Amino acid sequence: MLRAASPRGRLPARAAGALPGISARWAVAAALFLLVSVLLGLAIGPVGLGTGRVAREVLSHVPFLGVSSPLSETEDAILWELRAPRVVLGLLVGAMLAAAGASYQGVFRNPLADPYLLGAAAGAGLGATLVIAYELGGAAGRDLRPVAAFLGAMGGVTAAYVLGRSVGGGRSTATLILAGVTVAAFLTALQTFVQQHRTDTVQEVYSWILGQLETSGWGDVVVMLPYVAVSSVVLLWHRRLLDVLAVGDDEAASLGVPVARVRLIVVAAATLGTAAAVALSGLIAFVGIIVPHAIRLLAGTSYRIVLPLSFVVGGGFLVLADLLARTVIAPAELPIGVVTAFFGAPFFAVILRTTRTVGP
Amino acid sequence: MTALAVERLGVDLDGVRVVDGVTLDLERGGWLGLIGPNGAGKTTLLRAVARLVPYDGSIVLDGDEVASLRRREVARRVAVVPQIPVIPPDASVLEYVVLGRTPHLGYAGSPGPGDVTTARSALARLDAAHLADRRLGSLSGGERQRAVLARAVAQDAELLLLDEPTSALDVGAQQQVLELVASLRADRGLTVLSAMHDLTHAGQYADRLVLMDGGREAASGRPHEVLTEELVARHYGAEVRVLSDAEAGIAVVPLRPRVKAEETVS
Repeated sequence: MLRAASPRGRLPARAAGALPGISARWAVAAALFLLVSVLLGLAIGPVGLGTGRVAREVLSHVPFLGVSSPLSETEDAILWELRAPRVVLGLLVGAMLAAAGASYQGVFRNPLADPYLLGAAAGAGLGATLVIAYELGGAAGRDLRPVAAFLGAMGGVTAAYVLGRSVGGGRSTATLILAGVTVAAFLTALQTFVQQHRTDTVQEVYSWILGQLETSGWGDVVVMLPYVAVSSVVLLWHRRLLDVLAVGDDEAASLGVPVARVRLIVVAAATLGTAAAVALSGLIAFVGIIVPHAIRLLAGTSYRIVLPLSFVVGGGFLVLADLLARTVIAPAELPIGVVTAFFGAPFFAVILRTTRTVGP
Repeated sequence: MTALAVERLGVDLDGVRVVDGVTLDLERGGWLGLIGPNGAGKTTLLRAVARLVPYDGSIVLDGDEVASLRRREVARRVAVVPQIPVIPPDASVLEYVVLGRTPHLGYAGSPGPGDVTTARSALARLDAAHLADRRLGSLSGGERQRAVLARAVAQDAELLLLDEPTSALDVGAQQQVLELVASLRADRGLTVLSAMHDLTHAGQYADRLVLMDGGREAASGRPHEVLTEELVARHYGAEVRVLSDAEAGIAVVPLRPRVKAEETVS
C-alpha cells in the first residue's frame, strides 16, 4: 500500500511526547513587551522619572538585592499613588478585553466576535448613560457608574442569550450572534435617546464612552481584581475545550464535550470580565480583536497559545495605548479608545499583510 | 456478540418523522452499510446512535441504552466520521488527531504524552505519519480524510460510524480510504456502521446492507439480496444493472434511460 516516503527531516527536533505549546521565542517576546510597556508607563508623564530610575526603585523593594531607591519623596508618591494604579488598571483592562475577545471568537467560531458583540457594551453604555444623564445617585454618582455599567452589560448578554436560546435552542452560534446584534441595536437606540434627551450631559457621556483610565488610585484596581481573577481562571481552564469547539458543535459533542454548557460557562466568564473592564474604563474598542488575531498570525492558532498570550500582550498593549493617550496632546488627554483604534488598526494591517491568512 | 441493537427507532426533527421504526442489529466486528436515496434518514440514524439527537425506541450499545449513558461515555464507545468534517485549517494534523483523545481526558484536562503517542500511532496506522506536522488546510481531500479517520482511531472506540466517508474523493482515494477501514476492522476488531452513496462500494465492503427509504427500513440482508435491480429502481428511481462476479464482487452500474439516450443520438 501507500507507504509514506521517508519522513526523516520532517519531524521537528522537539520532544516527541508533547504537543507544541508557546514557543520560547514568543514567550520571551511577550514577556519583554509587557516589561517594557510597564516601565515606560511608569516612567513617562508630566514629571519624567526615567526608566532606569523606575527600575531601580522597583528593585529596591526586593529584599536582599541591596538596591537603594533613587527617587525623592514626591517622585515616590507620583510613581506609587498616581502612575502605578493607572498602569495596573491598564494591564487588567487590556488583559481582560483581549482574553475575552479570544474566548468569544473561539466559542462562536467567528473571527469578528468580540466583547461588544453580545450586547455587553451596549448594555454597559446604557447603564452608565442613565446614571450620568439623570444624575442618579447624586454626589455618589461617580461610584454608581461602574455598578450601572456592570448591570447593563450582564443584562444585555442575558437578554441576547435568552433570545438566542428561545429561537435556536442554544445550539446554533449564528442565532446567538444575531440575537446579540439585535439586543445591542435596541440598547444603543435607547442609549442615544437618553443621551440626546439630556443635552447638558452629552460631553460627559461621550468621554466615558470613548474610554479613559483615569483612576481614583488603587480603589478601582481593588474593585476590578476579583472579577478579573475569576474570569481569567475560568477562561484559561477552558482553553483546550475551545480548541475542541473548533471542529464545530456536532463533532465536539461526538467527542464527548457538553457543548451548550461549555459555551454558557465561557460566555459568562468572558462577559463578567468584560463588564468589569467596561464599567471602570469605558468602551475601549479593538483590543479584543487585534490582540488575539495578532497572536494567531505570529505565534500559533491553538487556544493553548492564544489565551495565555492574549492576557500578557493585551495588558501591555493597553498600557502603551494609555501612555500615548495621556502624552500626545498633554496636558489634555485623548480618549484611549481613539488611540487603540488609531494605532491598532495600521499595526494590525501590517501584520495581516506580512503573514498568511488565519481563521479563529 | 451484538455490538449494537437498534429497535423501533424513531427520530423527529422539527415535527417531521425522519426515522420511523427502524430495527437493526450489528455483530461485533461486522460492517453494516446503510443505503437509500437522499433524505432516507441514514445520517439521522447515525446521529441518533452517537447520541447527537433525541430519539424514541431503543439503541443498545454493548448492553447499555445510549440515552442513559453520559456524553463522554458514548464518545469512548462510538467514533463518528461526519460527511463534511469541520476542518480548522491552521491546526496541525497531529493537534487535530489528538482531539480524538478528548473523551479519555477530564472535563478540561490536557492531553499527556500517552495521548500524543496514541495519536501518532493512529496516524502511522493510516499511513499518514508523514502528515503529522502539516497544516490541515494544506492537505488534499484524500489526506484530509486520513486525518479525520486517524482522529476516529485515536478515539479508541469500538464502533465506527461513517457518514458517506468517500463523498468528496476521487476513485483512487475512495478505494484507499475504504481499504483502510476494512483493514482496521480486521486488525482492531472495529465494528462499522456506515451510510453509503456508492452502491458498488456498499456491496463490496459491507457484509450486510439495510436499504432505507422515507425513514423506514425498505429491505435488509446480504448485499446480493438488497442490491437488486428492482429494489434500486423502486427506491432510487434509477435504472441500473447489477453485475456479480466471483472475483470482482458486486457492481451496480447505472444505465442511461432509453428516451434520453435516443434524444441525444439525434
